[in-house]
Amino acid sequence: MSVIIGFLFMAAVYLILSRSLLRVIIGTGLLSHGAHLLILTMGGFAGPAPPVVADGVTDYVDPLPQALILTAIVISFGVTAFFLVMAYRAYQELETDNMTLLKGNDEHD
Amino acid sequence: MTSVLLLFAPVAAALLIPMLANRVRGIHTGWFVLAVPVLLFIYYLGFLPQVKDGGVHIGELSWIPSYGISLTSYIDGLSLLFSLLITGIGALVVLYSIFYLDKTKERLGNFYVYLLMFMTAMLGVVQSDNMIALYGFWELTSISSFLLIGYWYTRDRSRFGALKSMMITVFGGLMMLGGFVLLYLMGGTFSVRELISMAPELAEHSLFTWALILILLGAFTKSAQFPFYIWLPDAMEAPTPVSAYLHSATMVKAGLYLVARFTPIFAASEVWVWLVTSIGVLTLFWGSFFAVKQTDLKGILAFSTVSQLGLIMSMLGAAAAAFHVEGAAETMFKYAGFAAIFHLVNHAAFKGSLFMIAGIVDHETGTRDIRKLGGLMALMPVTFTIALIGSLSMAGLPPFGGFLSKELFLTGMLSLGELDLFAPASWGTVLLVAAWIASVFTFIYSFYFVFRTFTGKHKPDLLPKSAHEAPAGMLVSPAVLGLIVVAIFFVPNLVGDWIVKPAVAAVQPFMYGSPSDVDVHVAAWHGHITPELMMTIGIVIAGLALFSLLPKWQGLYRVFPEQLTLNKLYDSTMIFAESGMNRLSRSYMDGLIRSYLIYMFLGIVIIGLGSLIAKDALAVSFEGTAPIGPVEVGLLLVLVAATATTLVARKRLTAIISLGAVGYTVALLFVVFKAPDLALTQLVIETVSVALFLLAFYHLPKMSRHDEKRKFRIGNAIIAASVGLLMSLLAMSSVSQRALPSISEFYKETVYSEAGGGNIVNVILVDYRGFDTFFEIAVLSIAAIGIIAMIRLRLTRKGDGHEKQ
Repeated sequence: MSVIIGFLFMAAVYLILSRSLLRVIIGTGLLSHGAHLLILTMGGFAGPAPPVVADGVTDYVDPLPQALILTAIVISFGVTAFFLVMAYRAYQELETDNMTLLKGNDEHD
Repeated sequence: MTSVLLLFAPVAAALLIPMLANRVRGIHTGWFVLAVPVLLFIYYLGFLPQVKDGGVHIGELSWIPSYGISLTSYIDGLSLLFSLLITGIGALVVLYSIFYLDKTKERLGNFYVYLLMFMTAMLGVVQSDNMIALYGFWELTSISSFLLIGYWYTRDRSRFGALKSMMITVFGGLMMLGGFVLLYLMGGTFSVRELISMAPELAEHSLFTWALILILLGAFTKSAQFPFYIWLPDAMEAPTPVSAYLHSATMVKAGLYLVARFTPIFAASEVWVWLVTSIGVLTLFWGSFFAVKQTDLKGILAFSTVSQLGLIMSMLGAAAAAFHVEGAAETMFKYAGFAAIFHLVNHAAFKGSLFMIAGIVDHETGTRDIRKLGGLMALMPVTFTIALIGSLSMAGLPPFGGFLSKELFLTGMLSLGELDLFAPASWGTVLLVAAWIASVFTFIYSFYFVFRTFTGKHKPDLLPKSAHEAPAGMLVSPAVLGLIVVAIFFVPNLVGDWIVKPAVAAVQPFMYGSPSDVDVHVAAWHGHITPELMMTIGIVIAGLALFSLLPKWQGLYRVFPEQLTLNKLYDSTMIFAESGMNRLSRSYMDGLIRSYLIYMFLGIVIIGLGSLIAKDALAVSFEGTAPIGPVEVGLLLVLVAATATTLVARKRLTAIISLGAVGYTVALLFVVFKAPDLALTQLVIETVSVALFLLAFYHLPKMSRHDEKRKFRIGNAIIAASVGLLMSLLAMSSVSQRALPSISEFYKETVYSEAGGGNIVNVILVDYRGFDTFFEIAVLSIAAIGIIAMIRLRLTRKGDGHEKQ
C-alpha cells in the first residue's frame, strides 16, 4: 500500500513539473488521490467493521481519517474545477499552455 | 501594582485626549496633554522621602509567569531620578510645544500620541526590573523616536534621519537582547535585582564578557557614543520640542541609564571599565571637536549632546573603576559616580533650555543657520539671557550648575590618572589630557553658540522673517530650566542629598549601603586652590584665546575628507544592503511557477527525510498490515497501470480517461477498506470530474510536450522519485509505529449517546466537526464564484460575444 502511495505521488509530481498545463492539472488530481490514500493508511486498517453503529459490533475501523478524507475529496474537486476553468481562460487570453511562457513580466515583480 | 499601571497612563491618555480635543475646539490639544506629565511628576515626587533614606518601591504585574516575565516597576534612587526627569522635562516640553506648534497647521493629534507613547516607553525602560520588559520598552522608545523624527514626513531629510536613527538604535537593541539572554543563561532569572545579588558568581562565568559587550552595544548606540553617534545629528530634523525632549534630555540618556543600572553586575570586569571610560572620553573629545564645525544651531547642540553624553559615560566608567580600589568610599574615587549623576541632571536642565532657545530663534527668525544670524541680543533680550545662562553652564563657568559638575568631572578624571588598572599604565593620563582638550572645545562651542547668534552684526536682509522677541508662553519653559541651572549652583547639596545620592547608591552598591553613606559635599570654593580649579582656569584661558581666533582656524575642518566619514560608511552600507538583497532575490525569483514548485518539493523532501532520520522515526515493519487478498492485489495492479498510463499518454483523451480510472479504483479501494461513505462520494465526484475534464478538453489545446529536453525530464523524474520515496517511507513508518492512541475512541463511544447518530463518519462531519464542514461549503462557494467571475471576465473585456460554450 505504501509503495502505491509513493508511486502515485511520484507520478503526480512528475506531471506537475511538466510544461503542459493540462498535465499539471492531471497531476494535481493524482496528488489528491495519493494524499487520500496516505491519510487512510495512516489511520491503520485494523478493525473488522465499517464505522456504522450496529448491534453486536464493538470494533470499528477508525472513522476520523474517513471523515477527513471525505472533506478532502470535495475540496479537491473544487480545486480541480477551478484549475480547469483557469487553464481554459488562460489559454483563451494568452493562446498558449506552455508553462515556461506563462511567467510574469518585469512590471509585476 | 498602581505604579505599574501608571507606566501606561500616558498611552491611556493618548486614547482619551482626541475625544476631549474634538469636543472642545479652539483650545490647543497640548493643554490637555500637559496634565499627564504634571500629575505623574507630582506622583513621583511623593516617593522622594522614602527613596532618600534608601527605600525602594516595587510594583509587580505578572505577564508570562511560566517564563518568569513580568512587568515590574522598581523605583529606587536611579529610576526615580530618571522618572522625575522624564515627567518634569516632559511637562516643560509639552508646554513649550503648545506655542511652538501651530494648532491650525500641524497634525497635533499624531504629535501628541507619539509623544505620550514615548513617555510610557521611557518610564518603562527606567522602571522595569525585568529585562524582557525592559527590552520591549527600549524598542518602543526607538519606534516612537522614529515616528517623531519623521513627523514632517514630507521632507526627505526627516525620513532619512528617522530611518537612520531607527536602523542604528534597533541594531543596538537587538544586541542588547542577546546580552540579556546570555545573562539569563548565566543567572537563571530575568530580574536585574536578582542578577545584581549574584554578581560575584556571574563574573566567573565564561559568557560574562560576551554579555557585557552586547549590552554595551545597546547602550552605546542609544546614547550616541562613538562610532554610533552619527544618527543623532540627523535626528535634528525632528520638531524642536522633540529634540529638546528625546534627543537631549531623556531618550539618549537611556544608554547611560543602562550602563548605570548594570554597573553593579559588570564593574568587576576590567573590560567594562576600560571600554566605558575610553569610549566615553573618545566621544567627549570627538563631539566637542566637531561641534565647532557646525553651522546649524541644532547641529551644534547635537554634537555638544554627543560630547556631553560621552562625558557622563566616562564618569560611569570611572565609577565602575572604583570597584577595583580598596576603600574607594573614602578616597578621591568616590567623586566619579556622583559626578556622573550630578552632571546628568545639570545637562538635562541646560541642554533642554538651549534646545528650546534654538527653537525660538528658528521660530522667530526663520533660520537656524549661524552664518545668517547675529546681533539678536537687542531684539530678543530675554531669549539671550536664558541662552547665556545655558551656554555658560555648559562651558563650565560659575555661577551655574555646570561649573560644579565640571569640577567634579575633573576630579574624577584625575582619579583615573591614579588608577593602575589599565594595560598601558599611562592610559589614565592620556584620558585626562583628552578630557582637558575636549573641555576647551566645549568652552569654544558654548561661546560660539551664544555669541555668534546674539552678538555681532545684525543681518536682517539674510533672515526670512524680521526677528522679534518670542511670545511669553514660549519663554516659560526655557526660563524655568534656566532658573534651575542657577539654583543648582547655590544649593547643590540639597539636590545632592535628595536626588543624586540615592541614585549613586544604586549605581555603586559595592561601596555604599545606603544613600547617607555617600560622603560627597559639593562646594564651589574649597578654601584653597585645587588642581581642578587650575585646570578650569586653563580651560578658560585657552578657550577664550581659541574662540577669538576662531575665524582663522575654522577652515581646518574642511581638510577632513568627506569620503572617509562614518556617515559615508553608513550610507554605502545601506545602499549595498538594498541592491544586494534585490539582486539576491531576483536570482531565484525568476517568475516561473515550475521553479517555485521545485523549491517547494525539494524543501519537503529535505525537511521530511531530515526529520525522519534525525528523530530516528524511520521504521519499516510488516506487522499489523492488513492481509492482502486477491481482490486487493487486482485493484492495486489496475491502479498502477492507470497511473502509468497518465504518465506516458500522448493523447489527452487517454490521459483523462486513465485519470478517471485511477479515481474509480481508489473508490473501490475505499470499499475494500470498509469506508462505504468515501466510496460513494468518490464515485460521484469522479464522474463529475471526468465530465468536467471532457468539457474543458474541448476547449483546451492538444497535449504537447513542448519539446521537453531529456535533461529537463530527468531532473523532473529525480525530484518526483524522491518525493514518492519520501511519501512511501512516511506511510510505512506511520503504519509501523503508533506513539499515541487514536482520539477516535471518543467518537466511537459517544456517537450514539451524545449525537444520536449511527454513521460515525457522518456524525463527525455534521456534528463534532460541523464548522469544518461549514467552511468547506464556503470554500466550494468561493471556487464557484471564482469560476463564474473568470468566465464573465472574458465577456466584459472582449465584449463581442465570443461565446463558444
